[in-house]
Amino acid sequence: MLADKDRIFTNLYGRHDWRLAGARERGAYVGTKDFIDSGRDWIVNEVKTSGLRGRGGAGFPTALKWTFMPKEGAGDGRPCQLLVNADESEPGTCKDREILRHDPHHLVEGCLLAGRAMGAHIAYVYIRGEFIRERQRFEEAVQEAYDARLIGKDNVHGWDFDIVVHHGAGAYICGEETALMESLEGKKGQPRLKPPFPAAMGVYGNPTTVNNVESIAVVPEILRRSGAWFASIGRPNNTGTKLFMASGHVNNPCTFEEALGESFKDIIEKHCGGIRGGWDNLLAVIPGGASCPIVKAEDIRDATMDFDGLREKKSSFGTGGMIVMDKSTDVVKAIWRISAFFKHESCGQCTPCREGTGWMMRVLERMVVGRAQKREIDMLFEVTKQIEGHTICALGDAAAWPVQGLIRNFRKEIEDRIDQYTWSSTSDGAVPSIAAE
Amino acid sequence: MANIKVDGILIEVPDHYTLMQAAEAAGAEIPRFCYHERLSVAGNCRMCLVEVKGGPPKPQASCAMSVRDLRPGPNGEAPEMFTNTPMVKKAREGVMEFLLINHPLDCPICDQGGECDLQDQAMAYGVDKNRFAENKRAVEDKYLGPLVKTSMNRCIHCTRCVRFTTEVAGISEMGLIGRGEDAEITSYLEKALTSELQGNVIDLCPVGALTSKPYAFHARPWELSKTETIDVMDAVGSSIRVDSRGREVMRILPRINEAINEEWISDKTRFVWDGLKSQRLDRPYVRRNGKLQAATWEEAFAAVATRMKKAGNKVGAIAGDLAAVEEMFALKGLLAAVGSGMTDVRPAMSGIDPSMPRAAYLFNPTIAGIEEADAILIIGSNPRREASVLNARIRKTWRAKGLPIAVIGEAADLTYDYTYLGEGLETLADLAAGNGAFAQTLKNAQRPIVIVGEGAVSHAALGKQVGRDVIALAARLASGGNVAEGWNGFALLHNAASRVGGLDIGFVPHDGGVCSADQIALAGKGELDVLFLLGADEYDMSAMGKAFVVYIGTHGDAGAHRADVILPAATYTEKSATYVNTEGRVQVTTRAVFPPGDAKEDWAIIRALSGIIGQPLAYNSLTQLRAALYAQYPHLARIDEIAPANAADLGRLAQAAVKTTSAPLRSSVTDFYLTNPIARASAIMGECAAMAAGLQQAAE
Repeated sequence: MLADKDRIFTNLYGRHDWRLAGARERGAYVGTKDFIDSGRDWIVNEVKTSGLRGRGGAGFPTALKWTFMPKEGAGDGRPCQLLVNADESEPGTCKDREILRHDPHHLVEGCLLAGRAMGAHIAYVYIRGEFIRERQRFEEAVQEAYDARLIGKDNVHGWDFDIVVHHGAGAYICGEETALMESLEGKKGQPRLKPPFPAAMGVYGNPTTVNNVESIAVVPEILRRSGAWFASIGRPNNTGTKLFMASGHVNNPCTFEEALGESFKDIIEKHCGGIRGGWDNLLAVIPGGASCPIVKAEDIRDATMDFDGLREKKSSFGTGGMIVMDKSTDVVKAIWRISAFFKHESCGQCTPCREGTGWMMRVLERMVVGRAQKREIDMLFEVTKQIEGHTICALGDAAAWPVQGLIRNFRKEIEDRIDQYTWSSTSDGAVPSIAAE
Repeated sequence: MANIKVDGILIEVPDHYTLMQAAEAAGAEIPRFCYHERLSVAGNCRMCLVEVKGGPPKPQASCAMSVRDLRPGPNGEAPEMFTNTPMVKKAREGVMEFLLINHPLDCPICDQGGECDLQDQAMAYGVDKNRFAENKRAVEDKYLGPLVKTSMNRCIHCTRCVRFTTEVAGISEMGLIGRGEDAEITSYLEKALTSELQGNVIDLCPVGALTSKPYAFHARPWELSKTETIDVMDAVGSSIRVDSRGREVMRILPRINEAINEEWISDKTRFVWDGLKSQRLDRPYVRRNGKLQAATWEEAFAAVATRMKKAGNKVGAIAGDLAAVEEMFALKGLLAAVGSGMTDVRPAMSGIDPSMPRAAYLFNPTIAGIEEADAILIIGSNPRREASVLNARIRKTWRAKGLPIAVIGEAADLTYDYTYLGEGLETLADLAAGNGAFAQTLKNAQRPIVIVGEGAVSHAALGKQVGRDVIALAARLASGGNVAEGWNGFALLHNAASRVGGLDIGFVPHDGGVCSADQIALAGKGELDVLFLLGADEYDMSAMGKAFVVYIGTHGDAGAHRADVILPAATYTEKSATYVNTEGRVQVTTRAVFPPGDAKEDWAIIRALSGIIGQPLAYNSLTQLRAALYAQYPHLARIDEIAPANAADLGRLAQAAVKTTSAPLRSSVTDFYLTNPIARASAIMGECAAMAAGLQQAAE
């Protein structure tokens, strides 16, 4: 369990002053100039030592991502750029907003340091459209940093750096890194084809690294306390602290910082006061935001909450946004709702996702009441496989996984419902009890 | 060059090749919907997925990934891709199924049926059963104008139409709005498209979502006989395919010709076919008591012969915009036989003088050569209206290189950015004197192109000298500065298919003859007895006085109304005829259908007439005619080739003294849709013209 002294986000709940003065009291901008003077290799190495993996869901090693950036600019005068993905829209995920509104200077300082590490003099922060207050607060924090000459031209740190805050218009797909870039450029938010990868040709055609808010916001503390400190928390390959979010049927839904590598049961007991109605009432958990496959109660209880731990459970750690469902939940309907979300958020650019998300949602819609054939369960599974891995971006995968998780874990539930529907049908085919619902 | 293994076959391809191109080079076929060679890569249909060894364990879009992107094996082996593995098969079947679930099963009533990419690829790569039990999506049809019919239920969102209209046609009037399943291709405001190249989206659409509105429900592709031929709607001579059923032309499609039209044709070329069927002259007419009355060929010929015998050498001939080389050659021969040199193929008061070298009237840099240009000056021309596919080539070059373009004349929307210099000869003279920034640009350019419109060299009201001065000044601009060796940037852009052919065979005043305007003036004064109009309708018919006018042509247009005898002839789809395009490229049409009624091929009419007036021409068949033609003008025998003009002649042209100081330089094409008798007889073109003129608010 994470000791209080190891916490990075010390104002997660907004109980202290979020402004620069308060942030400084909590240690922000201490030693920043030294880190910058130590050079980009030192920063990258320290982050590499820390074992930090991207906090946006995919868990790609952050330091490795930074090394993809061209060493001396692009060689043709194109500037390197940092793009911070604050388009946090995944259902069940609400960590970046806490950073933006309560610990904004973590992000400002992180941008500066990460910028140094990749040779970037500019950072774009793309904030989700619905985050209006968060955007205002973050803009204020950026202004404070400019006023204090912490960033900007000829700042006290000796690394010219600008932060541009961009406000999105509220489309989930714009959280996909290439769609984010399109949207930032003022185009329709549709993912780009890769290659070319952003590190070669990103925003405005320049080399760009896209990082999650949390990945960037933890960097200053990692440098201050050393990568080894960060690596000592958690377990190998899954190091450090992480913001978790628990929503749904826990006694105390909340966002909290915890070490990676703890068991699900422990962290829920510690932070959320346990499951509503006790652990026997737990049905299933979606462990990392809506796109992760659902995990059954018996599997999740002792699961290690980190990237590798949940992969073992055939799910994914994602963003750490746990959606907890107790036995009062209609799990088929829950997944149908997620399916409806992805159908609504599909950008419509490429075929499998555009056509497949609607198909899955409609089949599930029937399965919710049991108005389906059992063979359609296999068909539905196959459809998810036809979407997964065949699309331009990962939204296709994200739409397919929850349905796969449902079929893998709750096949019986679906079959029972189909049986129920069939048994209670009349000669007219109508099913009064369920149809009335 | 890079090595790559495709399905186990090692091949070497250029670095920039995509996986799709590499696969094709290795002989492996890859299905696709959204990919098109001449448009940007969208990568959205996902039909072209292939398996790549060593990459991520998922299939890759072969249209978007280049050979360079693949990593070689651990020991430097060539990267491998597969197009026939179970993974690829499954991916194709999956995408095919997704494309079909919301696609209506209306192939039996769909105009695309039989030539539909979706049908073909569903047969080749799809599965035979349907698992989709839900309702299909319904999409409202969109209004895109009188030419393109939509059936949006069928749309598979490949966005080829969107990319074509924005990239090639240069209009931002189509787009994909909405998201996910509800994404729709639309023209946003439900207004007719304003491009003169819009018909090409019909060919580009891989399904039946965009089809030809005039052709709707007229024919099935398998009932049509297909004839490869040449278009004569403008002086570009696009390669086309005429699809006919029985005696009717049903539609016109483009053929690929990299040197001329690439893969596009203008809307006039494509939709003019209904004009081939209406207002046709299908039997001879003779004017009796002031009224045109139907006659037999014998009566008509007798009437002409009687007047010819009285006229002696007071006979003139004007060839119209669609006249082919053969008939002009025969008509010139006929006039020579009676001792007249009064022939002309040029518009009134053209500055192109018969004494000028060939370089003065050709589009010397060639159409494909536009892509090599590093600066373009357009004088008195609106290439968008005068030669739409040539304009698309300028736009393509501009998009690729961003080359400087300037315009003297009217400031029209040409679909690319240009510097507007001014509207008249003064500006041109000023530029030729080396004043202004663009003069420097031209001087520095190694491959400048100076496009001179026909409107800039023909000034009916101001006389011939204006045109001559324009040519001289343009030649100076094209030849000055750092022009690369062998580059001839003087480019005369003609408006009519007949022009260069006529000039090549000397269908201009000779041996004491006078030009078209003077012929008409002589006729008005009663000094010219017989005037032949070879499909010539663009002249002042009221000024011909009492002259006996013989109209050899196809449509009841201006010339036919004035005529004393009408001899019905064949259109370009009804005869094999030689045309020389504005570049000087010799091309031959192929007969697709027969002329209607009693109409005959033009050269045969003239040959028959020559016999009746007792001056028989020395050929009895088209082959013999061509033999005589080729003997006199050998370059015409080299079909599909350009006999380049001598670049050194440009210097001679440039030295000519400039005598005029001021004249407006305007395009002579004011209405793109109504430039020739066939187009004027076409109801579709009429509708387009009316819409373009804003007379008709489109509502369906």
